[in-house]
Amino acid sequence: MDNHGRTNAREQELRSRLVRGLAGDAAAYHAFLKDLSTHLRGFFRKRLSGLADEVEDLVQETLLAVHNQRHTYDPQQPLTAWVYAIAKYKLVDLLRRRAAHERRNDPLDDEQDVLAHNDAEAATARVDLAKLLMRLPARQRLPIVHMKLEGLSVVETARLTGMSESAVKVNVHRGLKALAAMIRIRQ
Amino acid sequence: MKTDELVTLLATGGGAIETNPVARRYTLSLGWGAFGATLLMAILLGVRPDIDAAARLPMFWIKLAFPASVAAATLVAATRLSRPGARLGGASGAIVAPMLVIWLYAAWVLLGAPSAERAELVMGRTWKYCLLGIPTLAVPVFAAALWAMKGLAPTRLALAGAAAGLLAGAVAALVYALHCPEMEAPFLGVWYVAGMVIPATAGVLLGPFVLRW
Repeated sequence: MDNHGRTNAREQELRSRLVRGLAGDAAAYHAFLKDLSTHLRGFFRKRLSGLADEVEDLVQETLLAVHNQRHTYDPQQPLTAWVYAIAKYKLVDLLRRRAAHERRNDPLDDEQDVLAHNDAEAATARVDLAKLLMRLPARQRLPIVHMKLEGLSVVETARLTGMSESAVKVNVHRGLKALAAMIRIRQ
Repeated sequence: MKTDELVTLLATGGGAIETNPVARRYTLSLGWGAFGATLLMAILLGVRPDIDAAARLPMFWIKLAFPASVAAATLVAATRLSRPGARLGGASGAIVAPMLVIWLYAAWVLLGAPSAERAELVMGRTWKYCLLGIPTLAVPVFAAALWAMKGLAPTRLALAGAAAGLLAGAVAALVYALHCPEMEAPFLGVWYVAGMVIPATAGVLLGPFVLRW
């Protein structure tokens, strides 16, 4: 199979997983996100050669963005174009924030960081989402913890938190959006 | 948190999601926006008193069709700019086309008129109201269009803001036409277009701040 054919087959597979995921198949959606994270890591590593520390943060930020914006994927549209537009948007956003940060701070202050770079750490993000998650207001944090970390159902989460089922869903959605906004501010 | 843990978190308990939110969000936002613009027009300006007589003239309908076609084309562009990686396609051409038509018609009217009357054909008697009125009526539509976009995921923020602004300007011009007494194409070609371009420019400036995600 040539290169083009391989890319095409990969696109078909990823896309069918996403489409099944959007229809409610959690296992397919998990496989989609896991596969996507390796593609994103390669994509960002190539484009952030001087900023290896940023790669994993950006992979996580983009995964969160893909999840939060998954309702904007039109199954008629090529998946590559959709994912690429999101990844590029997050990459440009990061570079712009860094440029603004460096304009405010003397970049020579980073001198002592030279020895801190460590390849073994490349797979760990510097921004800890688990800690950020704990800073969300309780009405958003609790549904996320119950549903997404403990794996409870919407009904069980609603009973535990005293919220209606639709409020649980809305608060999970809002919490993940707030989390994405917190990452942007922290970096 | 490791990336694999994040993947598991995101995939757990997801459930099915709404498949076509773009149409629903824009229908809702344009409905409320147009309602707000109409309400503002009725309160601040009022419908022209001679609307029954005016509605028998073809120019009255041209005056509605012009902003309506700009609005329709811009709506298509705005929905495409709301989704990552969607192409604009022919939408930008469809926005420019009605403007070209009105300019050609205006040029034809001006060339056929005695030179002493040309200034009056362009300026009319109410150009100041038009220049102020259309952007004012556009405010509720603009806010609603930005709300619709913000719930989706535009990646070209200045362009998306421009589309939201132009959509608002075109809907506002359509509503303003029910008040406006002017009936000449050169007036429309200059002042209606200017009234739509003002909110579009505001959108270019505001988009990168308001629409970030």
